[in-house]
Amino acid sequence: MKYSNFMEVTFKALSVNEGFARVCVASFCVQLNPSVDEITDIKTAVSEAVTNCVVHAYPSSVKGDVILRCELEDDLVTITVTDKGVGIKDVEKAREPFYTSKPSEERSGMGFTVMESFMDDVRVASNSFGTSVKMTKKISQACEQVVG
Amino acid sequence: MQIKSRVHGGVLYVLLCGELDEHSATYTRITLDEIFDKPDFNKIVIDLSELSFMDSTGIGVLIGRYKRMKDKSISIYIANPSAHAEKIFKMTGLYDIMPKIV
Repeated sequence: MKYSNFMEVTFKALSVNEGFARVCVASFCVQLNPSVDEITDIKTAVSEAVTNCVVHAYPSSVKGDVILRCELEDDLVTITVTDKGVGIKDVEKAREPFYTSKPSEERSGMGFTVMESFMDDVRVASNSFGTSVKMTKKISQACEQVVG
Repeated sequence: MQIKSRVHGGVLYVLLCGELDEHSATYTRITLDEIFDKPDFNKIVIDLSELSFMDSTGIGVLIGRYKRMKDKSISIYIANPSAHAEKIFKMTGLYDIMPKIV
């Protein structure tokens, strides 16, 4: 490994913070010189993961934290979105296309499918104390001046 | 999110400007329903040329509007999606119910 960097931010699980999360990760990843398509893919995956925290993690009116971590190792971007909410009862089911636990709310049920399509790898760990979504994506032509 | 609309020749043209995500979904849903409830058109074109971001929440919003208009036999079409939006539409099969027009 030649190049390594990371950032981590914590914010309240409110929908108004989704745009902040997207811009935050995109701005940090710019140092690898990703393509516009790659940045858009990453922003979308982050948006999906944070939306899950906002909508599902904290069912009561008291919203908890979302921890957004982005690590860069050479040309690999690793993003971890963690909450300390109620967890996902059936992760396998939740990852199925078009599945939603809230069918009355006009939700597409495509959040995890979008994450899986736009990132190279998506791993989900969940229990009754919270959920962590870890996503990786390789930047095709990472800036040589940075990663060497 | 800003939403502009006009009716021309029996077609309702709706322009979505900004970002369509969980934060803007409720406003978008309510505003589109208010616009769609007017009776002076028989076809809807949603123009996405000014939409700078959309995730799967946006798909849920669009499918919801499709279901409402299907009951009134009014078709909805998508115009000028970004390459990114197009990727999501193809992945989710949205074009099967809201065809793209050039």
